[in-house]
Amino acid sequence: MRTIIFRTIAPYLSALMVLFSIFVLLRGHNDPGGGFIGGLIAASALAIFGVACGVASVRRAIVFHPMGIAGFGLFIGALAGIVSFFKGQPFMTSQWWYVKLFGVEIPLSTPLIFDIGVYLVVVGAIGSIALALEEREAD
Amino acid sequence: MTPAMIDDTTLYAVLAPFAAAAVAPFLTRWFKHNAAWPLAIVPALIFLHFTGFVEPVSQGESFVASKAWAPSYGVNFSVYVDGLSTLFALLISGIGTFIILYAGGYLKGHPQQGRFFSFLFMFMGAMLGLVLGNNLISLFIFWELTSVTSFLLIGFDHLRAASRRAALQALVVTGGGGLALLAGFILIIAATGEIEMSVLLGSPDIIKDTGLYLPIFLLVLGGAFTKSAQFPFHFWLPNAMEAPTPVSAYLHSATMVKAGVYMLMRMQPLLGGTPEWTTVLPIFGGLTLLVGTILAVRQTDLKLMLAYTTVASLGLLVMLTGTSHEKALEGAVLYLLAHSLFKGALFMVAGTIDHEAGTRDITKLGGLRSAMPITFAAACLAALSMAGLPPFIGFIAKEVLYYGTSGWLEFWGGPITVTAVVGNALMLVIAAAVAIKPFLGPKVGTPKHAHEGPVLLFAGPVVLSVLGLGLALIAHTTGELFVGPTLSSLMGEPKSVELHLWPTKINAPLILSLVTIGLGIVLFTQIDRLRAIIASVLEVIGWGPDKGFDQFVAGTVSLSSRVTRVLQNGKMQTYMVLIFLFTGLAVLLPGYLTNSFPAMPKMPEYRFYEWGILLIAVLGLIAVLVAKTRLTAIVSLGIQGFAVALIFMMFGAPDLSFTQFMVETLSVVILALVMTRLNLSPSDHRPLSAALATGLVAAAVGLGLSLTLLAITQQPFDSRLSDFFTEFSRSIAHGRNIVNVILVDFRGIDTLGEITVVVLAGLCVLALIRVRTKPDKTAEASEQDALKAQQAEAR
Repeated sequence: MRTIIFRTIAPYLSALMVLFSIFVLLRGHNDPGGGFIGGLIAASALAIFGVACGVASVRRAIVFHPMGIAGFGLFIGALAGIVSFFKGQPFMTSQWWYVKLFGVEIPLSTPLIFDIGVYLVVVGAIGSIALALEEREAD
Repeated sequence: MTPAMIDDTTLYAVLAPFAAAAVAPFLTRWFKHNAAWPLAIVPALIFLHFTGFVEPVSQGESFVASKAWAPSYGVNFSVYVDGLSTLFALLISGIGTFIILYAGGYLKGHPQQGRFFSFLFMFMGAMLGLVLGNNLISLFIFWELTSVTSFLLIGFDHLRAASRRAALQALVVTGGGGLALLAGFILIIAATGEIEMSVLLGSPDIIKDTGLYLPIFLLVLGGAFTKSAQFPFHFWLPNAMEAPTPVSAYLHSATMVKAGVYMLMRMQPLLGGTPEWTTVLPIFGGLTLLVGTILAVRQTDLKLMLAYTTVASLGLLVMLTGTSHEKALEGAVLYLLAHSLFKGALFMVAGTIDHEAGTRDITKLGGLRSAMPITFAAACLAALSMAGLPPFIGFIAKEVLYYGTSGWLEFWGGPITVTAVVGNALMLVIAAAVAIKPFLGPKVGTPKHAHEGPVLLFAGPVVLSVLGLGLALIAHTTGELFVGPTLSSLMGEPKSVELHLWPTKINAPLILSLVTIGLGIVLFTQIDRLRAIIASVLEVIGWGPDKGFDQFVAGTVSLSSRVTRVLQNGKMQTYMVLIFLFTGLAVLLPGYLTNSFPAMPKMPEYRFYEWGILLIAVLGLIAVLVAKTRLTAIVSLGIQGFAVALIFMMFGAPDLSFTQFMVETLSVVILALVMTRLNLSPSDHRPLSAALATGLVAAAVGLGLSLTLLAITQQPFDSRLSDFFTEFSRSIAHGRNIVNVILVDFRGIDTLGEITVVVLAGLCVLALIRVRTKPDKTAEASEQDALKAQQAEAR
């Protein structure tokens, strides 16, 4: 599997895929996409990178343990739901803020934060399974 | 009369023992066995609280108090105080006071005494909650709590196998019966719409009118008979004598086993009086009475003798309750009172003898009267009451119950009277054996040098046995304050009772009493021969419910291990085949049974590229089937998946299609990785028959799912949900992508749950992989050790 072409291209391909996954994640509220799909794309990116360049380099690249990323995703997902408590509303009532940045109005919301949580959970969990399965081949 | 609302004090009185249970271990650590004194204050106060009800209750009043527990289900923590519950509450708290004191003396220096006190108090609270329970559901909770706490108490000496077995047996029998009772209660609630006992009692015919009388009757009976050790469930009670004696004295004579009798008495206005009631109860009660007394005569162990007479007494009570006849019920109430007093006292006496002399076997005891004069006196008083001799309350009870049975009941009167006479005569034999044998006669050498126990030990027997005399001496007041109100509860209408200590004239009951006493004395002189006869008869019979219980348990265990061996054989293949087999059956069978398979729809006009995608999918499937190696098969399956994703895309589900693409890619990658790790051979070498069988299961699942989908799509489309989401996803959740809006906004909590599952699943998979990758040296070593040990054992 580790042909020189694949090994050379894989880092760029993976980086592109991760970038694309973030794009998919952020557009999800209005167009096809969202945290789950984005997470799957990013997880495949990690898997491909791992197949090409070895699991050790993937682990170096993502700095945190993938399961830690998943746990963090779950944490901010739950946190996004708690925000509504401060307004005296039920758990997970969505909150919206409209921020003006360089003259462009950017809508921010708790569903977005929640979606990012979903994304991280999927990347972390699927990624860690894939990496753990690949690891044996490396050693 | 409708019950009056009272304040919450009575509710707290029910809960007070639980509070005492919480502090008991600490008190015991500080004061050692003397903690019994402060602890006994709790039941004493409860007793005082309930004496306050005696006067108004005897005037015909009743009370309820209630606190919401789970109001949306109509479950309240509520109490109902009337004659019956007052009598029981007084017995539980009054005898409980002395039991606590007695436990202080009996388990003096025991390292687990604090724990013991805790259990005892929890049991007391459960029992109080039971007899006062008004709400059927909370009543049931207390009912099962008595089973659980008695399990703890019987198994207190948990290092002994016999204790554990007895505890388990009691829990299985009474807990199982409790489930029947719960079913009965649920039926009552469903049929009548009422959940409070006081309301039900307000209209006595409410259950008989529903048409569900028989199932309710049988289910309630199941609970009551197991709890009160009626034949053939009598076997657990004598085994429960494995418990320390204070427990036996409390649970198995004075309170717990009476819970079943209480339930029958409580239900008597609602369920009683019918042909079923007046047939089943007397038969089983009478049988229990005879079996209990006969088995009691055979025993030589003091506690076991008393235990079997408890079984017998419960039988007598059930028999009398089953007559639904006023005089017989009056006899039952009196006997209940008498029995609680003398049995509590005699159990404590038996425990004291065991404690001080070191044995409970009456053949090894004798001449203790000078060494233990106070205990001897108490034993005599209690035994006289048990034997039914004047001037004791047992005598009055016997008179009244004979009065009730003889000549008043047309058909059953004869057999019931004969049963009662024989039972009471044998009871007299036991009473004499228990009270006379250990104390009179020449002094026998005992394992311990016998002497009088401390005040903690003899306070209870003395007070209870003197009460048995005292209550008889003030018979008129006893009848007015205790028996009358209780009888009113049983009859469902106000009744007054007039008791006399001495018989006013010579009548049938008096003659029956004399017959009983005469018969009892004759039998007592022949007790050794009697014992031998019973023993040989029992030997011939051999099998009994007690043995049956063991066989039942062993059978259940071997059955479950056999089932486990078949279903959980550790082979992934078996699991998967079973899962898919049952999935297939689940989707196919309903259509087959109801003959409602959907019609095949007409083939729509496909465009050429649609045909193309379909072709790719089918080709992918064929490739899976003909693939030479596993890797090819996995990749081919991916092709099929991609084709499906394309179909999703074409028919307007881009999100779904997108996800499908990713999932297919990842599953191909992960499956390939898993395969390399499992060290499977590259191709599949199953015999053709196995492959065909698996294929058949797969085809069945596929066919079933397709048919289900077809059936669903042929239903008219219900667009309410999609209309809602289309309408509001923009205005409420500010998003155009409805799928995503549903996932993260409308149904966000679902998604939160799902991602939690994903994280956990990830952790589990990770753990599984880790176990495989790093074979633990120490684990391997210990496995080898275990293997060696096994081999050694086999040799």
